[in-house]
Amino acid sequence: MKKISYFIYIFVLIFYAEKSKALIEVDITRGNLNPLPVAVSPLYLEKESKSKFEEKLNLKDLGQEISKVVENNLKQSGLFNPLDKDAFLQKPDIAHVKPRFEDWALIKAQALITGEVKFTDEKLRVEFRLWDILAGKEIMALAFTTVPENWRRVGHIITDKVYERLTGEKGYFDTRIIYVAEEGLKTSRIKKLAIMDQDGFNTKYLTLGNELVLTPRFNPTNQMVTYLSYFKNLPRVYLLDIETGVQEVVGDFPGMTFAPRFSPDGKKIIMSFAKDGNSEIYTMDLESRVVEKITNHPSIDTSPSYSPDGKFICFNSDRSGFQQIYVMRSDGSKVKRISFGNGLYGTPVWSPRGDLIAFTKLHKGKFYIGVMRTDGTGERLLTENYYQEAPSWSPNGRVLIFYRETKSDSAGKGFSAKLWSIDLTGYNERMVDTETDASDPSWSSLLSD
Amino acid sequence: MSLNKILRNTLLVVFAGILLSACATKQTGKMQGDVYTGKDTVEYLASGVPDRVFFATNETVLTTASRETLRKQASWLRKNSKINVVLEGHADERGTREYNLALGERRANAAKDYLMTYGISGNRISVISYGKERPVDSGSNPLAWSKNRRSVTVKAN
Repeated sequence: MKKISYFIYIFVLIFYAEKSKALIEVDITRGNLNPLPVAVSPLYLEKESKSKFEEKLNLKDLGQEISKVVENNLKQSGLFNPLDKDAFLQKPDIAHVKPRFEDWALIKAQALITGEVKFTDEKLRVEFRLWDILAGKEIMALAFTTVPENWRRVGHIITDKVYERLTGEKGYFDTRIIYVAEEGLKTSRIKKLAIMDQDGFNTKYLTLGNELVLTPRFNPTNQMVTYLSYFKNLPRVYLLDIETGVQEVVGDFPGMTFAPRFSPDGKKIIMSFAKDGNSEIYTMDLESRVVEKITNHPSIDTSPSYSPDGKFICFNSDRSGFQQIYVMRSDGSKVKRISFGNGLYGTPVWSPRGDLIAFTKLHKGKFYIGVMRTDGTGERLLTENYYQEAPSWSPNGRVLIFYRETKSDSAGKGFSAKLWSIDLTGYNERMVDTETDASDPSWSSLLSD
Repeated sequence: MSLNKILRNTLLVVFAGILLSACATKQTGKMQGDVYTGKDTVEYLASGVPDRVFFATNETVLTTASRETLRKQASWLRKNSKINVVLEGHADERGTREYNLALGERRANAAKDYLMTYGISGNRISVISYGKERPVDSGSNPLAWSKNRRSVTVKAN
């Protein structure tokens, strides 16, 4: 009798283990204090391709470089712990065909990424596999082809696929950040539009710094940017085509236009128009140029942001006497205040998932980045600092990027402005590297989706 | 000016008055309440005509001193009828960028409205807001912020 129950116990254990180990899962809804150990094997590169890439891109080992991009992305996400490559026992080419799971389990890897890069027809062809070490099986395999110059994007796309497979949510790695690059004295700051990959690489400057520029934001297809420029000392909302560099003024009203954003379908720009001491929210249809007045109130109405379905707008108003967050229907009707906590609230921005609004809060001399539900309930403050504002959502709605300024003396000593990001969980707060000081970040949507 | 706006401004003046008297004990010599009263950053459009007025935190109400300055500017503008001016509105760094742009615009317009009530044509006055983009004092302290909350009258020609 005893023997039999023992037998059953083992059977159940194996069965249960099979089931639970078959799928590695990463829970991104909670602060992750135990990031998943993952081994990112350098992508295999045969000799001929290696020399071709070296000649074309001036990179010694492209396979190694791409794996570094993936590794860095996974690490920055805070959900994964990429293991030290020195501990890897298997060579990249062999691991990619048939990993020895015992070897990888030995170094405590739970997931393994392998791959191969090839130079074919002047193109970069990459294939990669994701392996579940404990279950001892392949759980994803993908291949794609692109121009060699896109090699960093290859790393981002691999990360997105791995992230999606392991967390169940879309990634945010093949994306860019547009921001304002800052230089010079605090009293006469020089500001330029700049764009970079999400991980801080491939920075390009889109304006020269001859005029003050502020608050750039992408359109849904990431080809256009709307922003505020002081060109000829007339603060107006502009539109910039990133590829062609063509700029045009869209908010040329007799007064100041500012705080622009695109509608979710990209057809309209919503912005503030200030005249005679009163700021109202307007929309402009980019094709017909028809202008519509959305708010009508003698107080300041600014910082509008659409809900992802385009049906609602959240905005900032001081109609109660102080800065608070309001929500209205997109035609301007049914205005409702949603922020009621202590302090001042600004820069509301609707989550791409639709369920939350991120904001900046000023309370007792401190600035907070926080989120609340769209009806104003469930307020959660994620981070507190001397000065920070202007959150922008990652396309999957899991991370916020914002900027932070430090204190300075009267000569401006000690002053800096930097981009920071934090997970919706309130964990994984980190500075985002930029070549210069930076502010007003805006996150693109996924470039390849 | 709409009735609504006049009402609002009147209320704000009364409110500011209460605030100022409440804060009277906090005088530091260079600030009354948190409105700058010093002369460090002030320039002059002409002898005895200061170029700028200062505001309380998050306020756009003109103080007694500000109104006195603007009356001097108005009489100087009446005497120099060929000069046009730009009113540059500013905010301190303790606010969100977009709201501060609106606040600067409102401050400059408060000064413009006052000049107009003293007979200066609106055609001679243009307005621009810099929000918190162009502080005069880089310091991160209440005195520096009070110098930065301002509307500056600049000759346009």
